[in-house]
Parts: sequence; structure tokens; C-alpha cells
Amino acid sequence: MTQNGVNQGRRRFLYIATGAVGAVGAVGVATPFVKSWFPSEKAKAVGAPVKVDIGNLKLGEMVIAEWRGKPVFVVRRTPDMIDVLKSDSLKSRLTDPESNVDQQPEFAKNDTRSLSEELLVVEGVCTHLGCSPKFVPEVEPQAYDANWQGGFFCPCHGSRFDLSGRVFAGVPAPSNLKVPPHRVDGNILTIGEVA
Amino acid sequence: MIKRILTVLTASLLASLVNAAGGEVHLDHMSPDAHDKVSLQKGLRTYMDNCAGCHSLGFARYNRVAKDLDIPEEIFMENIVFSEEARFGDLMKFAMSEQDGKKWFGAAPPDLTNVTRVRGVDWVYTYLRSFYKDESRPYGVNNAVFKDVGMPHVLLGLQGLCADKPHASEGAEYDPLTGHEIAEEGCTSYAVEGSQSSEEFDETVYDLVNFLNYMGEPYQNDRKRLGWFVFAFLTILLVPSVLLQRELHKDIH
Amino acid sequence: MSNKNFKPAWLDWIDRRLPVSNAYEKHMSKYYAPKNFNWWYVFGLLAMIVFVNQLLTGIWLTMSYVPSAAEAFNSVEYIMRDVEMGWLLRYMHSTGASFFFLTVYLHMFRGVMYGSYQKPRELIWVFGMFVYLVMMAEGFMGYVLPWGQTSFWGAQVIISLFGAIPVIGEGLQEWIRGDFLISGITLNRFFALHVIALPLVLALLVVLHVLALHEVGSNNPDGIDIKKHVDEKGVPLDGVPFHPYFTVGKLPQVVLFLFVFCGVIFFMPEGGGYFLEHPNFEMANALKTPEHIAPTWYYGAFYSILRAIDFPIFFIEAKLGGFMAMGGAIAILFVLPWLDRSPVRSWRYKGWMSKVAIITFAIAFAMLTYLGGQPVTALNGILAKIGTVIYFAFFLLMPWYTKIEKTKPVPERVPE
Repeated sequence: MTQNGVNQGRRRFLYIATGAVGAVGAVGVATPFVKSWFPSEKAKAVGAPVKVDIGNLKLGEMVIAEWRGKPVFVVRRTPDMIDVLKSDSLKSRLTDPESNVDQQPEFAKNDTRSLSEELLVVEGVCTHLGCSPKFVPEVEPQAYDANWQGGFFCPCHGSRFDLSGRVFAGVPAPSNLKVPPHRVDGNILTIGEVA
Repeated sequence: MIKRILTVLTASLLASLVNAAGGEVHLDHMSPDAHDKVSLQKGLRTYMDNCAGCHSLGFARYNRVAKDLDIPEEIFMENIVFSEEARFGDLMKFAMSEQDGKKWFGAAPPDLTNVTRVRGVDWVYTYLRSFYKDESRPYGVNNAVFKDVGMPHVLLGLQGLCADKPHASEGAEYDPLTGHEIAEEGCTSYAVEGSQSSEEFDETVYDLVNFLNYMGEPYQNDRKRLGWFVFAFLTILLVPSVLLQRELHKDIH
Repeated sequence: MSNKNFKPAWLDWIDRRLPVSNAYEKHMSKYYAPKNFNWWYVFGLLAMIVFVNQLLTGIWLTMSYVPSAAEAFNSVEYIMRDVEMGWLLRYMHSTGASFFFLTVYLHMFRGVMYGSYQKPRELIWVFGMFVYLVMMAEGFMGYVLPWGQTSFWGAQVIISLFGAIPVIGEGLQEWIRGDFLISGITLNRFFALHVIALPLVLALLVVLHVLALHEVGSNNPDGIDIKKHVDEKGVPLDGVPFHPYFTVGKLPQVVLFLFVFCGVIFFMPEGGGYFLEHPNFEMANALKTPEHIAPTWYYGAFYSILRAIDFPIFFIEAKLGGFMAMGGAIAILFVLPWLDRSPVRSWRYKGWMSKVAIITFAIAFAMLTYLGGQPVTALNGILAKIGTVIYFAFFLLMPWYTKIEKTKPVPERVPE
């Protein structure tokens, strides 16, 4: 290991030791540069939970709230609508009827994908390429679906979702609409945090 | 020629000393402690009760202050935040519009988030304790540190009102070495009595200024702690790098 | 030794298309630096490190900074408070500015002591001076960006200097500001220059500075030409490969520097009001001049020279005279290589007059730097005048004292 009076092993060890400590330093230096890209306090304040008064929301109607720059659809569903959502005839036409894909908080992993059966809270962002689907609650034949039972239709690429935001099979969108974390206290719906 | 230069030098040296003596008001020293959460909380309380009516802390956010001062969100929103619309993540901007401020006080009350960085803690600490009675001023008070200040004596209920200008009344003495005015025992006679004793009031102002010092650099504790880590790391890095340098130096004959 | 000449296939592939190995050898492993380099020679490396720091933190700061009169100040506070670890990026940048000048000043002084500007290194010095000149513009414009009181009034004073120029002065000021006062328009163009134009120029000049150096080779504390004595392969006998001996081999010095640098960043980021001025924590206000306005410390010497001329010289009024003195003080640095008539480079072999001159000059420069941040008093005024005379005398008398003084013989080889 010794050449020209130089202990090559010792030298290599020192190179590696210095390099290793230096690498730790490089990670340390990189930290502020990386961390500064995370949402700032300002962004977090803007993206803080929003409160929506749903006292005036009638059966079968929808309001659109805004949370973190995204439209959030809030629908109060009628008993008829809820029955359709639970029917096997509808479920057989869906890609993920049991909501197995992680697109909702644990409490919304049911047929209505909601806290209470009546109230749907879902992000109005198509899981295909991010367009906002249209709310088409009427049960009547449509150009895109002769057996339309009410739901959401995305005009961009024709993806269809039922009234709990579950995606139909055979459309471009791969998964159900996302249910944001939310909670309800009386007439106040808070989007962005769970109870 | 040399004699003339020396004369000028001596004269100007003396002039600058005299200048120093007359110019600056003595400032009482205070050492802020950003780790003293109780003091910071008391300072925040004093601030919200007495200062927030006019002065915003417009670069700081409620949630940051609550977190740093160990105040739970609910208690904070109920007891500290007085605006109904304010949300927890908002900037601490308080109401008074600039025009109103100009009309009432001659100048808009400045934002105080950075006041200790602009003025220094000693100045703010001394200023808040140096109001005195002066009937010639619109609010009947003047300040020994900030001559003809537009601000009223907001803490009058606590401190009371000093009858005379503290420190530099007649026959003020100057320290021959530093040129600073030698501080007297604060205020000697009060025109209005306050609810706090002189010592209690000093502590109230200390807490307030301590809080403002925190405000100026809310991350100051993080900064120093990280600094020690960096020093420790550099010390570790120094060891192999010195050994490597010595090893390499063996090649240089 | 067998694997010494082994070259991996991928490197060979690249070398046939781009001379990477060649460049590495020319500038690193086979660039021979004199073995008698002392610690003064680390400041060039340190300046380079700080330059990289400025580039990186600067790029990151622009990500959150808003260049407008209404938002600039707020956005800096936003960086300091709301952006995660933004305070650190900002302190690294603000502290880096001061340390850039500090290391460059020491680097320049090293050059003065050891005559590194002498033939054949004149161009290295001239490029270096351009680097310094661009740094001054860069630093000035950078200081305007936070849009605090010092930013505004500092810019006010500096831009007003151009008003001293006869005939065109007034119009020139308006042209620089793009407005009738310093406004958001001025801020925007300074932002563009500070973050794009000048850094590009600076990087180019640094490259030229280093290329010129590597063409002729480094000077050393003895001012000996090490290329005169080479072995059979053409390697200078008194030379040592730059890499690794002056790169990783200088790591301890770099770490010591980082101790100081980080000490300021983490424990005194305001630098006692010299690195970040107190009034700059207050938003720019065109109607309220701060009580005490002084330039940042690294311009102190030239600001002192400007203020030292407070009397008319013949038909030149004081304001123009001060401006000319300041400009002359910077310009004269460029011609230093042609003022030194000494047959030897290093002050080690120059006569006593040069040694006294260099030391007196250093003291005068430090004093002028200090005075630049102090208020004008009768005493300070006299000291600034004395300092200004010494400053110019050092350069203007150099052709004379370097020529007449008796020098010592320079050894052929680096002494053991």
C-alpha cells in the first residue's frame, strides 16, 4: 500500500472520510434551498380550510365552493338519487364502485361517498386531465348516455361520473372524483379539515 | 505649519467630544430574551390591549405567534384576536386607516413589526418609559427620547404621568468618558398616579419590548440553534480536512 | 501505477467530442502553482465560493421577491417570515455580499504586496479590476432591491453624484432613474441588471481572469518565475499541481472561513448595522430622510474620498471635484501595472520605501473605509483629507519610489 513513501491506504481513507463529511454538509446546504419550495405560510393561509353555510341548500341542488383554488361541488341529494347510487344496476357500470382507490377520507368509503348520505362534497376536478365536469342531475337520456341516471359529465373528453363522483367504466378518467377532507357542524360545512 | 495642524486637530477632537455629549440621549439598556415565553405572552397581551388599536404588526401572522408563544388556537382566537373576520392564518393588520392616523396624530402610526430592528430595543424600552407632562403639546404629553412626538401616552393608566421631563431636567450631568447623560432615578414626581409601581411598569414595558424584539425576528431562536449545529458540523469537518491537508503536504518538498 | 493511464470508455467517448480531460488537466491536475503559496493565496478561492453562494441564493430569492415599489419591501419580509427557511437564504445573500467584498479586498491586497499585477500579469489585474467595478455596480443595485429607507436614500445619493457632471448631469440622472424621482421604474431596471445582466458579465469576467492567469501561471510571495526551471517533462521544479494540493488541500482554510461566515449569518446577521442597516427595516419613504445615511461599508473608502473634496479646485466646484476624485480613485487602480517600475515583484525584495508605502496605503484605505460610515465632523473631515492624499500619493508617486529605491536580489529558485 505504500508508494514513494506515501501510505496510499491512509490517504484513501482520509479522502473518503472528508468526502463523506462533505457530502453531509452538501445535504445541509441544500436543505434551505429545497425547503423554501414548500408552500409558504402565505400559501397555507390562502389554502386554509374554508367554511360554507349550507343551510339554504335545497334538495337536489348544488353549490360550488372554492378551496385551494379548486371548485368543490356540494350537493344535497334526494332520496331517489341515493337509491340509484345504491343500486346494483348502476354499480355494475362503474370502474370502482366500492371506492377502493384512495380518493376519499376513510369516512367516505361508502356508496354515497359522504359523511351523511344526503350531502356530497367532492372536488370538481376531472381525474382525467383536470377539467371541471358539469352537474347534470336530471334522470333522462343524454347524447353521451342513453341510460343517464344523473351525475357529472366532463365536456372536455366525455368522462362520466355518478352522483357520488364515481367514474363510469369505459371513459378516459381513471378514478373517482376526489372527496376533500371536510366536516359538518350544523349548517356549517368546513372544507379542508376533518373533525 | 505643523503647529497649526495640531491646533486644528485638537480643536476638532474637543468639538466632537462636546458634540457627542450634547447630541444623544442616554438610553436605558434591556436584554431581550426570546426564550422567555411568559414574558412574550405578557408582552403580546399588553400590545393587543394598548397598541393594536393604532399599530399593525402587518408582516406577522396570528398562527405563527400563537405557535411560537405556546398559545392554543382556540384561546388565542378568543382572547387575543379582536377582529371578527380575522382568520388564524391572517397577517396581523389592524384597522386604523392611514388618513385617519394622519388626521388624529399628524402622522400615520407606523407598523411595528420591525420597530426594534429599526430603532433597537434600548430605544423602544426607554421611549415607552419617557413620556412626561407638557401642556404645549396637543395631547398634553411630550417624550424625552422622541421630542414633540405625535403619539399620546397610551400607557398613562399604568405608569401615571411624570410631571417633569425625566433625566435631562435642569443641570443634567454627563459622563465625562462616554459623553452620555447620567440617568437619574427615572421620574421623581407624578402629575397623575398610575396603577403600577415604577418597578412593575418597567417590567410591563420590558415584556412589551421583549415581545416586539421577538416580532422583529420570530425565527431568532431557530437561527441561533441552527448556528450551533453548523458550528458543530464545521468542527467535525475540520478534523479529516486537516489530516488530509497534512497528508498531502508530505508530497511537497 | 498501472491504472494511472486507464481511461473509462465513457470518458474517452466524451473526450473525442469535447476536451473534458484536457481542460481538467490544463486547469486543475496539471496546472502547476508555486509551492511557496501562503495563506494569502486562499482568498481567490474563497471569493469564488462566495460568488457561487451569491448566485445560488440570489436565484432562490428572486423566486419570492416582487420587483415593484408597492410590493418589494413586503416581499422581502415575506421571504424572511413566510417562506420556509427564507430568512436563511436572505441572510446568506446579504452576508455573502459583504464577504464577497471582504475576500476580494484581501485578494487584491495580496496582489499589491507580491506584485502579482506586474508583467506578464497585467491583464489578470485589469480583468480583476473589471470584476471589482462590476461588483460595485452589482452591490449598489442589489442594495436598492429591498426598498427600505437605506435602499432609497442610498440610491438617491449615488444617483445624485451623476448630477455633478456638467451639462449632461441633470438629464443623465433622469435617464438612470427613468423617472423624476427614484421610483418603481428605477427599481425594476435595477432588478433586471442585478439579477441577470451584471451576474452574466461578472461570470464572464471571472472566467477571463482565470484563463489569463492560467496562461501565464501564478505569481508567488517571492515573485519568482517558477517556469524558468522545469524538469524533462516541462513541469516547473518549484510547482505543485493545483489539484489536489490547492483545492482539497486548502479545505481547512475554507472551513475556518466558513466558521466566520456562518458566525455572522447565524449570530449577527445585521453585522452590527454594517451588513444590514437599521433604517432598511423601514419601507422606503420619499418624504422622510433617515437621520444618518451612509453607504454600505465596502464603498466607504470611495465615499470618504468623495466627501473629502469639499472645496473648489480652481474652476471646478466641490461637487464635481468630489465626483472626479472618486472616479479617479477607482480608475487609477486599473493602471497600477504600469505605475510599478520596480525590477522585482514582491515587496520582500523591494526597498523600504515600497514597504512603507504599501503599509501606509493599507492603513489609509482602512481608515477611509471606516470614515465612510461615520458622520462628517471637523476631525473626520481632516482625517478623510489625509487619507485621500495618501491614497493618491501611493499610486502617483509609485513610478518614482519604485524606480529609485534599492532592491534586493531575487533568488532563482524558491527558497526552502
